[in-house]
Amino acid sequence: MTKIDIAVVDYGMGNLRSVSKALEHVASAKTVLVTSNPEDILNAERVVFPGQGAMPDCIRELDVRGLRESVKHAARNKPFLGICIGLQMLFEHSEEGNTSGLGLFKGNVKRFAAADMHDADGQKLKVPHMGWNQVYQTQSGQVNAANTAHELWKDIDNAARFYYVHSYYVQPDDARIIAGYSEYPSLFTSAIAQDNLFAVQFHPEKSANAGLQMLSNFVNWQP
Amino acid sequence: MLAKRIIPCLDVTAGRVVKGVNFLELRDAGDPVEIAKRYDDQGADELTFLDITASSDNRGLILHIIEEVAAQVFIPLTVGGGVREVEDVRRLLNAGADKVSINTTAVLNPKMVQDAAGRFGSQCIVVAIDAKKVDNQPFEWEVFTHGGRNATGLDAVKWAEYMAKLGAGELLVTSMDRDGTKIGFNNPLNRAISNAVDIPIIASGGVGNLQHLVDGVTLGGADAVLAASIFHYGEFTVKQAKEYMAQHGIEVRL
Repeated sequence: MTKIDIAVVDYGMGNLRSVSKALEHVASAKTVLVTSNPEDILNAERVVFPGQGAMPDCIRELDVRGLRESVKHAARNKPFLGICIGLQMLFEHSEEGNTSGLGLFKGNVKRFAAADMHDADGQKLKVPHMGWNQVYQTQSGQVNAANTAHELWKDIDNAARFYYVHSYYVQPDDARIIAGYSEYPSLFTSAIAQDNLFAVQFHPEKSANAGLQMLSNFVNWQP
Repeated sequence: MLAKRIIPCLDVTAGRVVKGVNFLELRDAGDPVEIAKRYDDQGADELTFLDITASSDNRGLILHIIEEVAAQVFIPLTVGGGVREVEDVRRLLNAGADKVSINTTAVLNPKMVQDAAGRFGSQCIVVAIDAKKVDNQPFEWEVFTHGGRNATGLDAVKWAEYMAKLGAGELLVTSMDRDGTKIGFNNPLNRAISNAVDIPIIASGGVGNLQHLVDGVTLGGADAVLAASIFHYGEFTVKQAKEYMAQHGIEVRL
C-alpha cells in the first residue's frame, strides 16, 4: 500500500481543492490524498480535517461515510489540523441546527449575537465574519505578545492577519486549550491546541503567506 | 479588527484580461495568470474574475485559467459571468474558485441561488446586483440584467434583502451609471443596501482615484471595494491603495 503522508478528509461538503493545492504547494515531496475512505485516514501519517457549509449537514455527511471513528482516532493519535467547521465539529454542541458534535472537547459553538454586532463607532458589523482579521497567538489561553511557543505559529507574526468566513465560533470550557484569539467585536477563540491536535477557525489555505507558513509548519510538525 | 478588503477585478474574455467603458471599447490588459500573481504580490485581499465571453464557445477557458491561478495564488478567488445553473457553480468550485458570483440567473431563477447556497454553503455564493438610478419607478435604483441592458422592474434594495434571505453570503453591488466613468462609487446606493442587509457588500463601479476607495467604505458602508482599471494600467498598485486607505483611518491588511 502506498504511504499517505497527508490525508484530507472529504465528507462531500464542498470544495477541498483549495486545501489540497495549498498543502501540495508547501509539501511538494509529500503525497496529499483527498479521501472519504476511513482506512486512508487510519493509515495516513497526518490528517487535515477541513469543512465548510452548515454543521448539521457536515456531521450527517461524515456519518453517512462512516468517517466519525477514524477522524476521532486521528484527532487523538497523529498530527491533526482542523479548519473552520473542522474546528467546530470537535466540540460537544453547536447552536447551528442544535447539533451534537464529535465531543472531543467540552464546550459549545455559538453564533455571533446580532445585538452585539457593532464596532466602537457604532457601525454595523456584518455576519458572516468575512475577510482578514488579526490572530493573537496565545499559550494556555493567555494572551502574550512575546509568546510564539506553539510550533504551528513558528515564523508567523503575532497579530498576523488570516482569512475568515464564518458565522459561528467555538467557546471551549477549558481555556487552557486556546491557542489564538481574534476580535469581532469581542474576543473569540480562533485556534485551539492540545497534544497532537491543532485547529483553527480561519482558512490557512486562503491566507497568503501567513497561511502557507502555518501549513508548512503543520507538515513538518512532530508533536 | 477585521480589515476592509481591496479586490482587483479581472474581466476575462478569450483567455485575456480586458477592460472597457460601459462594456464597450474593450482594451487588452494582459494575461490573467500573470496579473493575478502580480496583484497577490501587491497584497490584494481577494481576486474577482468576470467571464465576459459573449458566446458559449470559449466558456471552458475560464476553468483552465482558474485552475492555473488557484495552483499559484492562495487568496480567495471569486468567479462570475455566465453562471446559469448549480452545475456551473460546481464546475467553478472544482476548478479552484472559492466563491461564485451569480447575476442574471438570480433574477431569472432566484431558486437557483437558494439551491446553490443549500448545496455548497452561503460562504461561496455571491449575488451580483447591477443597479441603475431610475426616474420612472417608485424607488430610486432598479436592478438591470444582461450587462445593464435589461430593466427588471426590481427595487435594488429590496432585491438585496431578498437575495440575503435566499442564502447569498455576500453582495457585489455595481452601479451601472458609474461603471468605467472614474467618478467614484455610487455611495448612496451602497449605503442603502449595506444598511438593509447583515451580509457583507462589495462596492463596484466607478473608481478613478484612491479617495474613491476611502469614500466607498466611509460613505458607502462597503465591507470591500472592487476596482479594475486603476490597477490594470499601473496607475496605482494595490499596496499604494491600501497605504492610502490606512492613512485615512481605514483598517486594511498591509
